[in-house]
Amino acid sequence: MSDPMAEIRASFFVECEELLESLQDGLQTIFDGAGDSETVNVVFRAVHSIKGGAGAFGLDALVAFAHRFETALDDMRAGRLAPEPSVLKLFFSCGDVLADLVRESREGLPHDGARSAPVLTDLDVLLGNIPTPEEDPIDFEVTTLSLDLGDGLLDDAPVATPAWTIDFKPRAILYANGNEPQFLFRTLRDLGDLTVSADDTELPDLHHLDPEHAYLGWRIKLEAFVEAAGIREVFDFVEGLCDLTIAQPLAPVPEDGFEDLPDLARLQRVEPVSTPLMVPMPDPASIPAPPPQTPAPRATVRVDLDRIDRLVNLVGEIVINQAMLSQSVAAAGFPPNSPVRTGLEEFQQLTRDIQESVMMIRAQPVKSLFQRMSRIVREASATVGKDVRLRTEGENTEVDKTVIERLADPLTHMIRNAVDHGIEAGDTREVSAKPREGTITLTALHRSGRVVIEIGDDGAGINRAKVLKKAIERGLVPPDAQLGETEIDNLLFLPGFSTADEISNLSGRGVGMDVVRSSIQALGGRITIQSEPGKGTTFSISLPLTLAVLDGMVVSVADETLVVPLNGILETLALTQRDLRVFGPATHVIDIRETIVPLIDLGAELGYREPLEDYTGTVVLLIGQEDGLNAAMVVDSIEDQRQVVIKGLQDNFGRVPGVAAATILGDGQIALILDPVDLITHANGRTRPFAARALPPSQTSPTS
Amino acid sequence: MSERLTPDGKRSDSQHREYLSFLVGGQDYCVDIMQVREIRSGARATTLPHAPDYMRGVINLRGTVLPIMDLATRLGILVDTASARSVIIVVALGDQIVGLMVDAVSDILAVASEDLQPPPELPADDQRRFVSALTIKDDTMIRVLDLATVLPRKVTEVA
Repeated sequence: MSDPMAEIRASFFVECEELLESLQDGLQTIFDGAGDSETVNVVFRAVHSIKGGAGAFGLDALVAFAHRFETALDDMRAGRLAPEPSVLKLFFSCGDVLADLVRESREGLPHDGARSAPVLTDLDVLLGNIPTPEEDPIDFEVTTLSLDLGDGLLDDAPVATPAWTIDFKPRAILYANGNEPQFLFRTLRDLGDLTVSADDTELPDLHHLDPEHAYLGWRIKLEAFVEAAGIREVFDFVEGLCDLTIAQPLAPVPEDGFEDLPDLARLQRVEPVSTPLMVPMPDPASIPAPPPQTPAPRATVRVDLDRIDRLVNLVGEIVINQAMLSQSVAAAGFPPNSPVRTGLEEFQQLTRDIQESVMMIRAQPVKSLFQRMSRIVREASATVGKDVRLRTEGENTEVDKTVIERLADPLTHMIRNAVDHGIEAGDTREVSAKPREGTITLTALHRSGRVVIEIGDDGAGINRAKVLKKAIERGLVPPDAQLGETEIDNLLFLPGFSTADEISNLSGRGVGMDVVRSSIQALGGRITIQSEPGKGTTFSISLPLTLAVLDGMVVSVADETLVVPLNGILETLALTQRDLRVFGPATHVIDIRETIVPLIDLGAELGYREPLEDYTGTVVLLIGQEDGLNAAMVVDSIEDQRQVVIKGLQDNFGRVPGVAAATILGDGQIALILDPVDLITHANGRTRPFAARALPPSQTSPTS
Repeated sequence: MSERLTPDGKRSDSQHREYLSFLVGGQDYCVDIMQVREIRSGARATTLPHAPDYMRGVINLRGTVLPIMDLATRLGILVDTASARSVIIVVALGDQIVGLMVDAVSDILAVASEDLQPPPELPADDQRRFVSALTIKDDTMIRVLDLATVLPRKVTEVA
């Protein structure tokens, strides 16, 4: 707020993110063969706009690279460069470098030349292949050079400059957006000799003049050795805001001033470069040049995340307030069809709608995440020398912003894994009659109130024999273990497990699938594997749509109401004397279908009361995780099962062991949301053994 | 109350500040009114496990989870715990917002800076730590609370 420049700069970088995204999008579309000339234009404009903004902030490294990239893109736009896969791959790398440069500029980091240098070299090679000395079509000096060349070629014929006719008719929006024709003319003047004549035929008399309307048009005669693209570039920023016709150069203007018929052959000799350019040129018959913009971008607003959080909080408040109101209306005993009741019902409906809409504000398509992953695939496949492509589906699926952010690391890891271990080398693939190019499919979809993200590869599938062997070698399972296929697959999630025979550049970074799983679980998600030998492996991640709401079981313990996240609860049961076993002098375990599980007295553990005298008849929640961190938690009763709005505790308290967050119940009371895993880790498990009933109460409160 | 600050606050001979005074265990305390956000009636607090005894728990302050501190316990004043201290003064110190549970709110005082005197050096007394100054108003000694020491840094660090 203090520095307006910093704000403008920040918004430039936000814009950069969007531009980089549309750049990636465009390149991918072209790569998939679905691009048209407008797609190329979009890509070009994205780089051009980044360059423009970067120039304004003096980010020289960024400008320099964007310029080189732009030049290459312009060649493609002009049709001199075919959109071959090799070219597009290079363009993808350019996009990556550009993204790096943007990030480095934003964070004020020095630029790592090692990354961009090879890409630049490749760009040079690419551009060098084009049979033209010209690099920048609007570079005036270069044009002069070709003029000299023409001089020698044309046998003493007087050299005349081709004259372009440009019809330029601004629409009112051009002015509304702050553009100024005069500046455009000035830029055109740099290209060559300019004659501008205004067309004021539409100008009404003063009486009928609407100052907001655009009446004037201009016919511009430009005598310059320049390509259509060069002229079009001048009008780049007003595209779609005006009617623009760039007519083919008429014949060189003879001395007598009369215009002759076009002499294309001669033009070609004067400026050989322009020949291929003639191809994409529109018919000289004047048609408005820029086609209407392909799907008009939806209007969006950039909002500070804090404001949205505040809104989410307030909506949570409304929901709670409404619950309180309903309770008191019910208590007051109004008849069912009374205005109060009807009004309240409408209010409830409205509240639900508002809640949904507000939650939707934070939702974002997973697209940006998937685009990051396509970069990971490109880099990882280049590192291991495999040919891998990424296919994405459902990239418009929307998930809460926080979920997206926190998914990036686990996904990166899994994608790297898929490239490194999942997909076989090209030769191996050919032997098994698969295409050399491996495919990783990233899918996002909504399924019953959750979002499912799948990472699938068409590789060899999990080598279960090898996995089991490794697990036995490391002592993770007993040598004589009889494990089912799913159980073997799940061994991958054990800490410290790696199937890679040797540590490659990609794996062996100390991050295993166990970390992936715990970060997914931290998001309230689950991860599963399906694998078929020879066909490939698919990881499915199922996540809640938002981190602001949680499915919880409301329980009561020693007159306190607590919420236990539903995804941690395996089952609930009422304790019987038969299930209980005394373990230590002050600890109990219970026997659930021959599995011994420690018993944790939640009331005592949280310091709400002394351990119970007798646990029979209490309700027990079985807390479980696949890796065996199980416990039975004693509560007094189960009240309800419902969605709760999560309120953070961290800001005011730091971490409270065993407590994840808080929520507000319908009566306005705060209930703590437990983190069962954390609780079990910290638990001392002290319960009161039956034999020790006579003993004085042990000290249970762990407070200092 | 008496004299007011001149608009720029510099010309006046004595610097006046306003304090909210209240009772804790029959004793008079006050805090700088600029640190007071609001005064609320008490609500049942949700107990926070593993928290120090002077932390009563948390209440819902229009959607914010507000920690509540029993000021008497914090100051080491032995009071009958059954007495219903039902007024909560919501104070803010930087980012930290905490509710102080007190017996009753008494008054708003304007105190000139020269009327503030340093608390006596009594090393044995815990109060010395929490009180930054003293003032006498109508024969009553009022302690100025130093919120920085009264508020827990981060509750879990204590637990």
